Amino acid sequence: MKRFWVNLIGWTLGLIWLVPFMGIFMTAIRPMDELLNGWWNFDEFHPTLKNFYQAWNHPTAPLSQGIPNSLIVAIFATAFPILFATMAGYYLARYTFPLKKSFMTTIIITLALPSQMVAIPIYEMLLKMNLLDSYIGLILLHTAWGIPWITFFMRNFFTTLPIEVEEAARIDGAGDIKIFFKIAFPLSLPAIGSAAALQFTWVWSSFFFELITIYSPDKFLATQRIPLMRGVYHVDWGILSAAAIMVMMVPIGVYLILQKYYVKGMIGWSMK
Amino acid sequence: MRKSRLLHFLVFMLPALALVFVFVIYPSARTIILSFFDEEGHFTLQNYKKVLSSRDTINIDGIARGEFPLGTLLHNAIWIAIHLPFTTFLGLILAVLLRRTRGGNVLKSFIFFGMVMPMIVGGVMINFLFDANVGIVNALLKFFGVHPRTWTAHPETALFSLILGSVWLWTGFGMTLYSAGLETIPKDFYEAASLDGAGPITQFFKITIPLLKPITVVVMTMTLLWDLKIFDIVYVATQGGPGGASNVLAIQMYNYAFVEFDYGKAAVVAVLLTIFTMIAAIPLIRTVGEES
Repeated sequence: MKRFWVNLIGWTLGLIWLVPFMGIFMTAIRPMDELLNGWWNFDEFHPTLKNFYQAWNHPTAPLSQGIPNSLIVAIFATAFPILFATMAGYYLARYTFPLKKSFMTTIIITLALPSQMVAIPIYEMLLKMNLLDSYIGLILLHTAWGIPWITFFMRNFFTTLPIEVEEAARIDGAGDIKIFFKIAFPLSLPAIGSAAALQFTWVWSSFFFELITIYSPDKFLATQRIPLMRGVYHVDWGILSAAAIMVMMVPIGVYLILQKYYVKGMIGWSMK
Repeated sequence: MRKSRLLHFLVFMLPALALVFVFVIYPSARTIILSFFDEEGHFTLQNYKKVLSSRDTINIDGIARGEFPLGTLLHNAIWIAIHLPFTTFLGLILAVLLRRTRGGNVLKSFIFFGMVMPMIVGGVMINFLFDANVGIVNALLKFFGVHPRTWTAHPETALFSLILGSVWLWTGFGMTLYSAGLETIPKDFYEAASLDGAGPITQFFKITIPLLKPITVVVMTMTLLWDLKIFDIVYVATQGGPGGASNVLAIQMYNYAFVEFDYGKAAVVAVLLTIFTMIAAIPLIRTVGEES
């Protein structure tokens, strides 16, 4: 009896999350005239992929451009910070140096920093460096903003990694840099998987930095195209829903495939 | 030996340090400086005066009449006052309930999707839920005789719609962290409590909540930071409107900087926002300080 109530309350609450997802899906796969009485009305039901096709080939904001653009930026803006931050995290875990403590504090402070705090100087700087409206500038920006949290995350991982293997290698005459690349780096791959899953989805989902640095319509990232698809006077919910699904499928896919790593990353990111 | 130590520091730390310095620390310092200077380059506190006395930030008339807009500072405060307790509590309740619900893991995944999806899409979802024609919220309210309307388009309901929508989007965060935390509580605790005659409610308040306290601190800190930095959802769903009724600090900063091109005022808003996030981050800074 108690079990029944737990199930009932659990599913009733769960429906609050299920129904909107079902709604956006139903809106995306049904023609406009079937939606006039709401997507929950199934008097007529003729599923179609037309909305997906139209969002993909949208006249002013095609996702056929936006999704490859986002992929390029997200891949590079994941690989670079992972490499640099893993090295920095390793150093912080294994070596002592002056000011180390204030260093760690700085990392935490940058974790809390809002993007707006750097927006104007970044805009002016990229303008001067001729990197405005360029993916190089955007990738550098995401790399720099990914480094603090990944460094923190990897440092915490390396402090749990037993040092013995590395010391054995040192006795065998391996240098520190070799030890890092040959031993520590391969051992840290599961942690790197977690960090990469999070960093990739965050860069994919990012909007503010894109908004202030990328201006040419053909360079727009996927997230920048969503607001453009809405139209000013009339909202075509079919196309907008299809676009929303396509853009959210990438991070959701990463989450579903790397679920274990993703959740571990989420926990490690927020709790040391 | 000395030389090789320096070399290691440079190899391991320099790329990370250089990038963070150029793209995070230096521009932050520049923004602080910008906030204290006028266009001719003279030191001034005028920017702060202008922003803090602006109706955009604190709208005295609106507060007196009890009508939106109340100003970004109050909007962010209301956001926190509703969103923070709701998501934290809901997250805990869902973590506890869905652990014992059949198919609970599927539900958990869907709840978590809310915070995995880009917040730009999240804003579209909020529009979709509260829309006059296609919105399920209106379909439900019709049962209670409420006339359908686009809730995000009216000043008196825009902010509350966004906040409710953001509860929907963010609850998965607390739920996931609490779910992981629940796994670490030994079953014996509950068995022992049952033997002593403690019911499930007593167990929840006497065992679950106290043992999950460290997680609660993390969930609340992260949620607070998220609430303060809120931008994408508002940008796509209402643009801070209608008439500033759902404006927040991050949007205000963007509008000053990139619509009005008033860098001084924009820098002040950025500094204020940063001060708030730093206060919110104190528990995080403290844990790291204790540890190292």
